[in-house]
Amino acid sequence: MASTNDPFQFQEFEEAGNLLEANRDATTISIEDDDMPERQRNAAGFSPDVNDEDPHASDDKTELLSGQKKSAPFWTFEYYQRFFDIETHHVKERIIGSMLPWPGKNFIHVHLRRKPDLYGPFWICTTLVFALAISGNFSNFLLHLGKPDHKYSPQFGKVTIAATAIFSYAWFVPLALWGCLLWRNNKIMNLVSYSFMEIVCVYGYSLAIYIPAVVLWIIPFEWLRWCSIVVALCLSGSVLVMTFWPAVREDHPKVIAAIMSAIVLLNVLLAVGCKAYFFSKPEAAPSPAPSAALELTKAPSAT
Amino acid sequence: MADEANRQFAGLSDVSISEDIPVEGDISVPMGSSSSNRQRGEEDEFSTLDEPVKETILRDLRAVGSKFIHVLYPKRSSVLLRDWDLWGPLLLCVTLALLLQGGAADSEDQGGPQFAEVFVIVWFGSIIITLNSKLLGGTISFFQSLCVLGYCIMPLTAAMAVCRIVLVGGSGTVSFIVRLVVVTASFGWSTFASTAFLADNQPPGRKSLVVYPVFLFYFVIGWMVLTFSPSQ
Repeated sequence: MASTNDPFQFQEFEEAGNLLEANRDATTISIEDDDMPERQRNAAGFSPDVNDEDPHASDDKTELLSGQKKSAPFWTFEYYQRFFDIETHHVKERIIGSMLPWPGKNFIHVHLRRKPDLYGPFWICTTLVFALAISGNFSNFLLHLGKPDHKYSPQFGKVTIAATAIFSYAWFVPLALWGCLLWRNNKIMNLVSYSFMEIVCVYGYSLAIYIPAVVLWIIPFEWLRWCSIVVALCLSGSVLVMTFWPAVREDHPKVIAAIMSAIVLLNVLLAVGCKAYFFSKPEAAPSPAPSAALELTKAPSAT
Repeated sequence: MADEANRQFAGLSDVSISEDIPVEGDISVPMGSSSSNRQRGEEDEFSTLDEPVKETILRDLRAVGSKFIHVLYPKRSSVLLRDWDLWGPLLLCVTLALLLQGGAADSEDQGGPQFAEVFVIVWFGSIIITLNSKLLGGTISFFQSLCVLGYCIMPLTAAMAVCRIVLVGGSGTVSFIVRLVVVTASFGWSTFASTAFLADNQPPGRKSLVVYPVFLFYFVIGWMVLTFSPSQ
């Protein structure tokens, strides 16, 4: 009961109804049932555990616990700032996690935790574009180091082609995969679903392993190039496969096989295509003009 | 008559103008900030419209020159940030693009960078780096960042001029090594100078996230400078 004798003494306010006896005009809000279940749950020993093994439950809880996420419309600056809310050590962890696949550790669940970022994918793709162009150029230069008649030319047109190839792989393949998963989700009730940004994030980080591989390709030994391609393909392919396995495992086996093989195949295509286009084999001449010139000079001398 | 007049403005009479709010004053043009560059002290001018053109141009040139000196000796000062201008970056970009012309591959279609390509790389790259640092929560403004990134290209432009002079002497291994050393030194200088200005405005824990794109940007420009080969 509210005692008005000593205002500084701690008073127990039990029910709003009791207060109304003192002042009937006061507005009171009664919060009835909301905190009762909470107290009962806590009393029963049930504690929300975010490090649950079950990924679905932890996802639900993190959404509840993170509170209201205000979503700004996509044409404002604040919408994109949400995807750059990341620290240096997060980026490092994500890059290392994408290079070292661990069976059972899903990249999206372990590293992204519902906070995909755009910083990593964008700068990894940009670095890869320039690494490809520079390494390709440098390997051509090393190839023709001894020959005096070869005129060295830095081929800047290749930067544009590399950029188009890599950025379209990093954006259109996730778009297609997301659409495909959405379509399958409508047919089969799947508990695990990934948002578009998360898929873009996985694909962006999975390209990180190719940067050291591309730098290794400068060394003009074919066996070394093929070794590094195979290693990079295995690592990035397995990261992708292990990430998307939970999203498709409840599906029809043929659909699973089709989606997984499409993921792996596109990865292989990108790697081998880049190697073939930017890095020529040590025996053959890279560009048509000097080789044509060499053949023209050789033909008259042979006859 | 008075009644009609009163009725016309009946609404206005309800508006009470408090006596504390002064409704008088005078409109005057504020005095222009006295800059130390002003030579004619006796002419107290309100605006810069009446000064001779030479004065205007010289003031801008002096501002640009002082910023060049601040890039040469980068210390944590706010001159570049406070009075940003884009004249210096434009001048440097045009100089760099002109020096990169006349290369071996101008006649071929696959060759050295065209004038427009250098421009696109420098300005587009600066804009992307600025957007990146703003998205990461930096407090620097858009044009201030463009100004800093543009001015810090100066060591690389100087390296390009040195490379062209070295290439006049010959393009063997010795000249390549000299060029490599010069370009590496100036690339390091550019990156260091720009991070001295830019990194302070970032929240801690994200500094290397902001520095890395700057590093990549100057690396690409340094590669363009290094791989320039003259036509024979």
